[in-house]
Amino acid sequence: MKDLKSQASRSTTPGKGGLTPEIQSRIGHQLRAMYDDVVRQGVPDRFAELIKKLDAPGATPQLGDEGGSNDNNNGRD
Amino acid sequence: MPLTDSLRNDILAAVPSLRAFAISLSGNADRADDLVQETLLRALANIDSFQPGSNLPAWLFTILRNLFRSDYRKRRREVEDAEGNYAKTLKTQPSQNAHLEFEEFRTALEKLPQDQREALILVGASGFSYEDAASICGCAVGTIKSRVNRARSKLAALLYVDGAEDFGPDETIRAVIGGSGG
Repeated sequence: MKDLKSQASRSTTPGKGGLTPEIQSRIGHQLRAMYDDVVRQGVPDRFAELIKKLDAPGATPQLGDEGGSNDNNNGRD
Repeated sequence: MPLTDSLRNDILAAVPSLRAFAISLSGNADRADDLVQETLLRALANIDSFQPGSNLPAWLFTILRNLFRSDYRKRRREVEDAEGNYAKTLKTQPSQNAHLEFEEFRTALEKLPQDQREALILVGASGFSYEDAASICGCAVGTIKSRVNRARSKLAALLYVDGAEDFGPDETIRAVIGGSGG
């Protein structure tokens, strides 16, 4: 029981910004869990293909108002 | 610098993290992927202005953050027009294995001011140094530090409703009950 008490008093000692280390680490843990959940999904095909396509020499991305015009020009020289 | 194979691979490697940042900022998976796509297009179009050897993720995050910022201003007007509808879409886009815990946390995160939210994510989740985060957000290092601290305090207040004071004792009581039962 003594151990529990000392643990509790340690975790209620406010750290930076008036937060206990316990709460700080809990927030950090949840933030990273949420973030890493997305990171673990990797690179969606859509982006892998986009970067591959644009890698071809001369295929500078068009940053106009429309992205659709590229498709129409594909058949031409 | 020109778009070399290795640079292309580095950009690809940054995509998962860019998506996570975009989702954390916007709270909407579809919109986040549009943001990432636009970020990649813009980065590739301006690849000549990237300094070899400098921090590529920080450069990409800066582009995404600026795009989100300018987009955000536009969207804000839409929110005012379509009261409530936009707020609903924020809540209906859980990731594949989003648990209730994530949902609660995400909702709390949404309530933070923009400046504080991005600072907290960059430092606490993306793993950038305070210096890098400051350069991404275009502000002083001290400003980032205080935004991160305020973000943490506000999250604590939102998530652990009874406040920091009650948290320790609660845990002790639970531990005592759990310990004496066996």
